[in-house]
Amino acid sequence: MIQWSHHLIIAPILVPLLASALLLFLDERQRVAKAMISVISTLFLVLIAFILLKIESGPNDFGGVYLLGNWAAPFGIVLVLDGLSALMLFLAALLGIAALVFSLARWHAKGAHFHSMFQLLLAGLNGAFLTGDLFNLFVFFEVMLAASYGLMLHGSGPLRVKAGMHYIAVNLVAALFFLIGVSLIYGTAGTLNMADLAARLPQIEPDRLMLLQAGAGVLGVAFLIKAGMWPLCFWLPTAYSAASAPVAGIFAILSKLGIYVILRLTMLLFGDGPLDGFGANALLLGGMVTLIYGIIGVLASQALGRLAGYSVLVSSGTLLMVLGINDGVVSSGALLYLVSSTFTISAFFMLIELVERGQDAGANVLAVTMEAYGEGDEEGIDEAEGVTMPGTMAILGLCFAACGILLAGLPPLSGFIAKFAMLTAMLGAGAIGVPPTAAIWTLIVLVILSGVASLIAMTRVGIRTFWGSLEGTVPRVLVIELTPVMFLLALTLLLTVWAGPAMQYMDTTIRTLGNPASYIEAVQKAYRVPGYQSAPTQVGDP
Amino acid sequence: MELILSLAIGVMTGCGVWLILRPRTYQVIVGLSLLSYAVNLFIFGVGGVKSNMPPILAGDVLPATLADPVPQALVLTAIVIGFATTALFLVVLLASRGLTGNDHVDGREEQR
Repeated sequence: MIQWSHHLIIAPILVPLLASALLLFLDERQRVAKAMISVISTLFLVLIAFILLKIESGPNDFGGVYLLGNWAAPFGIVLVLDGLSALMLFLAALLGIAALVFSLARWHAKGAHFHSMFQLLLAGLNGAFLTGDLFNLFVFFEVMLAASYGLMLHGSGPLRVKAGMHYIAVNLVAALFFLIGVSLIYGTAGTLNMADLAARLPQIEPDRLMLLQAGAGVLGVAFLIKAGMWPLCFWLPTAYSAASAPVAGIFAILSKLGIYVILRLTMLLFGDGPLDGFGANALLLGGMVTLIYGIIGVLASQALGRLAGYSVLVSSGTLLMVLGINDGVVSSGALLYLVSSTFTISAFFMLIELVERGQDAGANVLAVTMEAYGEGDEEGIDEAEGVTMPGTMAILGLCFAACGILLAGLPPLSGFIAKFAMLTAMLGAGAIGVPPTAAIWTLIVLVILSGVASLIAMTRVGIRTFWGSLEGTVPRVLVIELTPVMFLLALTLLLTVWAGPAMQYMDTTIRTLGNPASYIEAVQKAYRVPGYQSAPTQVGDP
Repeated sequence: MELILSLAIGVMTGCGVWLILRPRTYQVIVGLSLLSYAVNLFIFGVGGVKSNMPPILAGDVLPATLADPVPQALVLTAIVIGFATTALFLVVLLASRGLTGNDHVDGREEQR
C-alpha cells in the first residue's frame, strides 16, 4: 500500500510551480496578495522539507523512489529522495524563506514578477535535487536557470544588465555542454536513468567506455561552471555582487547545486567499477586552484559585495578539493561545511545591502585606498569621549562579526565545527597508519590559509565600516530585513548546538551514498501502483 | 550521410565558437544559436543516422533497423528550451543596448 507521505516527495516541485502559476494571474498592483501567496508557498516548502528530512533520518532508508506516471524505473522518470536530497531540499527551503522575507521590505516591488520567478527558481532547484534522471536534471536545471536570469536582472540598472548578460551567456554555453555530455552518455550507455546507468557501467565495452568518459567529463564541465571552479569562475563574483540582495541570498545555493550533482554522480558512477576514481585528480587540483584564487580575491576585494562573491569561490574550492579526495569521513565533514557556508554566505549577502545603505557607493573602495596611502588615520583623535553607537549599527555590527567568525571558521559557530570535522578526518587518516599524503597536507594548509584570509579581509572591512572615521549616516533598517539575517545566523548557532546529531546524519548520508548498490536496487524495485495498467499491456489480454 | 552530418556539426561549432568570442552582443547571440543548432544535430546523430525508419516498434519491424525515439524526444526538448533562452537573451541584449548606448558586451568600447 502506498502511503500518503509517499506523495510528499513530489510536493516540493508542485507547490512552488502551482504558486508561481497562480501568481501570474494577479495584477502587479496586488502586491500584498502576491506576497501572501509566495510566503505561504515557501512556508509549506519548509514544512514539507522538514517532514521529508524527518522521514529520511528515520530507521528505514530508501522508501523514497517516486515513479512519475507510474512507469517502471528505466523507462519512466523517477524522483529519488535520499539523505542528501532531503538535506538539500531543507537547505533550499530555509534559504528561500529568509530571502523572501527580506525581499518583502522593498526589493519585491522593484520590478515585475519577482514572486513568480522566485517560486519557479525554488521549483527548479527542488526538482534538480530530487530527480534520478539525467535529462530530467537538464530540464529542471533550465527551469531554475531561466528563473535565475530574470531574478538576476531584477531591479535593473546598467551594472546589473551588464553582469546579467555575462551570466546568461556563460550559462547558455554551460547548458550546451550539459546537452553534449548527456547525449554522449546516452549514445554509449543507452540509458539516462542514473541508477540504470550505474548498473550498466560494468558491462560497457572498453572502446565505448572511453566515449562515456568523455561524455562524463563534458557533463562535469557544465556543473563545474555552476559551482565556479577555476578557470570557469570569472563570471561569478561580478554576477553575485551585482544581483539585488535577496536574489544574491538565494543564489548562494545555486553554486552548491553544482557541487551536489558532482557529489551525487561521482559517488554513484565512479565509486568503484571500471571508472573508479574518474575525475578525482581534476577535482582535487581544480579545487586547490579555485581556493587559491578565492583567497587572493578575498584579500584583494575592496567592495563588500565582491568580498562575498569571492567567499563563494573559497567555499566551492574547499568542497571541490574534498570531493577530489573522496574519503567518506572527510566528505561528511564537508557536507556540514556546505550547509554552514551556504547559510553564512546568504546571510552575508543580505547583510551587506543593509550595511551599505548608510554609505555612498564608493565609500568602501575609498576606505581601502586611503589605507594604502596612509591617510585618514590622524583624524578622529579629538573626539576622545566617543559617540554612542546607534542601536541599528550595533546589531548590524554583531551580525557582521558573526559572519566574519563563520567565514574564518573560528569557534563558537558552526564554521569552526565543520572545518574541524574536515581537518581531523584528514589528519586522522595518519593516526590509523596511513600518513597524510602531500596533497592532503597542501589541502590542510590551504583550508587554514583561507580562514586566515577571510579573517583579515573581514576585520579590515569591518573596522572601516563600523569604527572608521568616514562619515556615514546610520542606515534605516526595518525589522523585517534584520530578522532573516539573524534567522540564518541563528541557524548556524543551532547547527553548532546540535552538531552531534547533524554530524551523525551527514555520516549516514555519505555512507549510503558510498554504497551505490542500495540506490540502484531501490530504484529498480520501486513500487508501482497496481490497477492502472498502461494501454499496450491490455491489448494482449484475452 | 554520416560524413555530411559530422561536417555540418563541425563547421557550425567552429563558427559558433568564433562568434561567441567576438565583442559585439549580436555576434554572441548568433554564435550561441549556431552552437545550439550544432548541439541539437549532435544529439540527433547520437541515436544513429538512419532515414526512413519508424521510431515505433510494430509487429513486423526488426529492432536493429529501428530509429531510436529517445534522442528525437531529447532534441525536441532541447530545441524548445534553447529557443526560449535565446529569446530571453535577445531581450537582455536590447536592454543593454538601451542602457549603455552601444552594443559592446562590456557596455563600452575598449580604450585603444
